[in-house]
Amino acid sequence: MRSDPADYELIAPGNLQAVVSLLADQPGKWLPIAGGTDVMVLYAAGKLPARKLVSIWNLPELRGIEISPEEIRIGAGCTYSELREHDIIAGEFPLLASAARWTGGIANQNRGTLGGNIVNASPAADSLPALLVYEAELILVSGRGERRVPYLDFHTGYKKMKLAPDELIRAICLGRRFSNYLHYARKVGAREAQALSKVCVAALGRLRGGATGDVIDDVRIALGSVAPVPLRLTEVERIVKGKPIEPELVQLTRKMTTAAMQPIDDIRSTARYRSAVAGNLVAEFLEQLRSSRKTV
Amino acid sequence: MSHSSEDGGKEGRGKCELSLTVNGKPETVRVFPMERLLDVLRQELGLTGTKEGCGEGECGSCSVLMNGELVNSCLVPVLQAAGATLTTIEGIAEGPQLSALQAAFLECGGAQCGICTPGMILGACHLLNKKPEPTLEDIREGLSGNLCRCTGYVQIFEAVEQAARRRASA
Repeated sequence: MRSDPADYELIAPGNLQAVVSLLADQPGKWLPIAGGTDVMVLYAAGKLPARKLVSIWNLPELRGIEISPEEIRIGAGCTYSELREHDIIAGEFPLLASAARWTGGIANQNRGTLGGNIVNASPAADSLPALLVYEAELILVSGRGERRVPYLDFHTGYKKMKLAPDELIRAICLGRRFSNYLHYARKVGAREAQALSKVCVAALGRLRGGATGDVIDDVRIALGSVAPVPLRLTEVERIVKGKPIEPELVQLTRKMTTAAMQPIDDIRSTARYRSAVAGNLVAEFLEQLRSSRKTV
Repeated sequence: MSHSSEDGGKEGRGKCELSLTVNGKPETVRVFPMERLLDVLRQELGLTGTKEGCGEGECGSCSVLMNGELVNSCLVPVLQAAGATLTTIEGIAEGPQLSALQAAFLECGGAQCGICTPGMILGACHLLNKKPEPTLEDIREGLSGNLCRCTGYVQIFEAVEQAARRRASA
């Protein structure tokens, strides 16, 4: 049943300090709401447990993308539209630009934020595998100050994360060190826009010349929609590093990918389909990497 | 913006007064802050051209422009629209004249049952504001968040192409 707006409180303090103070005074009592593309869906369905909400939409301290020679710092309140239209993101972090383009339609991209996508913690979120392979770091802010943590182990279980009740994500930092990598992204869904992924892959790789031909110098692979959290395939990465890309290796990678997943049957797909497709996509990434030497 | 306790009972949950500019006209409404912008437009301001389809941001029927950006009004708590400039389908015509987009939708058969049409027009308007000479691919992507169950989309895409051509030659 639809929620009654009279039962809900929503305030908009208008600056980060005031929001942080509110969360410090009453930790866990206030739900931050940015563009509302997830929160308002629950609200409309009468399934939003929180009754007190604090708006962080348009907070100046959460906006903007700062560029330095070593990294870019994306304000947690940046929208998908801002991400996909940003030249440096499109050029150096194309997996994130693709994910932004695949998320929802234009109206949702104008309101959905990267910080919101992380905190909503959907295993099907398209941006999260990209953040895994780019080894993003998160800047978290609370009344106790700021801390910087790797995104890699931020999500610990379905909708669980290492975020204290008084903390907000302030920014997402990406190191500018992947320009000579092959960037591979694929989303498999019912359609590109407005459909959550059945499987989504983000991967980065680089070759180097070995004694008997090219071998994998460095590689990072992550999957969405195949486990309770976005999944980085660290074991697969370890096995393939330093090896030439031969059919046996591709076959082994396919098997290891499937073994690392915990896919489920749900409204969008089946565990069996997800396993087969994820294995195929990781194999396709390696094939592209093998032939990338000529073009990269 | 002032909160009062008389309407909502508990302190802070009451209605608040907020101002917004809708289709060029300043408006003040007295609403609960978590009311959906969609409901405020339709019920408080009588602008029933904006339609509710899915109510969860999937179909685009409730699309409006908020500060020039396309949004699903079903997903905007009205407090976040305080002070904003909004355009709804009622603000698209140029006085008594249909806009080029509206005329093209009529001519090309881009409107059938009509439920998706206001959202389609706002989506197309947003697209043409950003890209006055869109490719077919741009149009398909620009309207990918707007679902239509009647037309099969081809007439809608043709209407947007035609409107873009007319604007370019005007």
